[in-house]
Amino acid sequence: MFRTRPEARPATVEVMVEGRPVWVPEGASAAAAVLLAGLPSIRETAISGSPRAPYCMMGVCFDCLAVIDGVTNRQACMVAVTPGMRIERQGGARGVAP
Amino acid sequence: MQPRPFEAIVVGGGLVGAAIALGLTDQGVATVLLDEGDIAHRASRGNFGLVWVQSKGFGAPWYQRWTRGSAEAWPALAADLAARTGLDLALHQPGGVHLCLSEAEFEDRAAKMARMQAEAGNHGFDHRMIRAPELRDMLPGLGPAVVGASWTPYDGHASPLALLQALHRAFTAAGGAYIPDATVTAGSAAPHDFRVETAAGAFAAPRIVLAAGLGNADLAPLFGLAAPVRPQRGQILVTERARPVLPMPTTTIRQTGEGTIMLGDSMEEVGFDTSQSPPVMAEIARRAALSFPWIADLQVIRAWSALRVMAPDGLPIYDQSDRFPGAFTANCHSGVTLAGAHARIFAPMVAAGSLDPSLAPFSAKRFDVPHAA
Repeated sequence: MFRTRPEARPATVEVMVEGRPVWVPEGASAAAAVLLAGLPSIRETAISGSPRAPYCMMGVCFDCLAVIDGVTNRQACMVAVTPGMRIERQGGARGVAP
Repeated sequence: MQPRPFEAIVVGGGLVGAAIALGLTDQGVATVLLDEGDIAHRASRGNFGLVWVQSKGFGAPWYQRWTRGSAEAWPALAADLAARTGLDLALHQPGGVHLCLSEAEFEDRAAKMARMQAEAGNHGFDHRMIRAPELRDMLPGLGPAVVGASWTPYDGHASPLALLQALHRAFTAAGGAYIPDATVTAGSAAPHDFRVETAAGAFAAPRIVLAAGLGNADLAPLFGLAAPVRPQRGQILVTERARPVLPMPTTTIRQTGEGTIMLGDSMEEVGFDTSQSPPVMAEIARRAALSFPWIADLQVIRAWSALRVMAPDGLPIYDQSDRFPGAFTANCHSGVTLAGAHARIFAPMVAAGSLDPSLAPFSAKRFDVPHAA
């Protein structure tokens, strides 16, 4: 559904989105990697379990929440990719382990 | 232009005004609710959401009774609003605790709770001081810094934003007239004959209830009343949503129906300054992490400050004007906790034309101390 713009910088950074390798330009956000991976969604909402994908891309809507390198509920649009980054589905509310 | 006539005017569209306006409408009183614009301080949009009893009324048992009465009225209020609006207020009243982080805090709290019970007399005040080992079975992941807590069965919490929306929806659905952007610019008073000018037109009624929060300080004198209230700033931090983990609220920490954990209860005397201050935010976070160390692992996603509406002694103000009967004030810093009382106890008194003698201690006359000669 999403493609990079033709003038975009070359995709030089490999990240893992739900276990699949995706190449993205240096400085791109983890949310951009999610979109390029072509996933229909990257999280389920905490209350109704409704599927969501990155939307606002500017830190406002929280629809891009993902587990990034093991940390839950990261706003993927606010996180720049790093080589080997693991971006995984945020399934509803996170748990806490008292 | 002729003023629009009603049977009651309520000034202030926050939790206090909306609850009273709904209560009046339910009594068959044709009511107009005048709300300011978004320039208003809007305490009702910044509060914490406790339906809280245990800390209310040290040395003022009438306030304890009023608060208890409101907490007891809450289940029926929430059920009624849910039936009328479809909104879930997330009311949960499992009891609550006040955590003590030192022996000194624990002893001080124990003394206060004992005094509350003594002052409650035949009305009773069910409470326990609970030491950490037993408390650990009640609350998950309690920190080693917690030495104990006070507990009462009366406490709980609800969604303040859902409450505000539900009160407004129920009020208008019942035929009440809600007028936004209606800052009161002038008012005139005679017994049972009131008129206000606003940016949205003029209104007249034989009853008026001033529930404009901090705005009451300037409005009350126009109607033969006094409301010496001042702002007191509180700051709140909110974490990311987590699966249900806290079974009951504490005085400063609660998990909402949506899963976020709210941290709060700072008190600052900084006038009308609604900015935030990192040292206070850090102290809120520090005490929360001492209480429940696992909270430190949660991300804070929002924070804000808001202004409490405080009388000099911290108690609510309820009055009817002697000079202009029919004019009432209602001021408090507990718009959520007292919503049950405002909608179901106070509003019927206004509709009937007189406040019950049990509310006499809440009159602003308590501040009229004779000056020494």
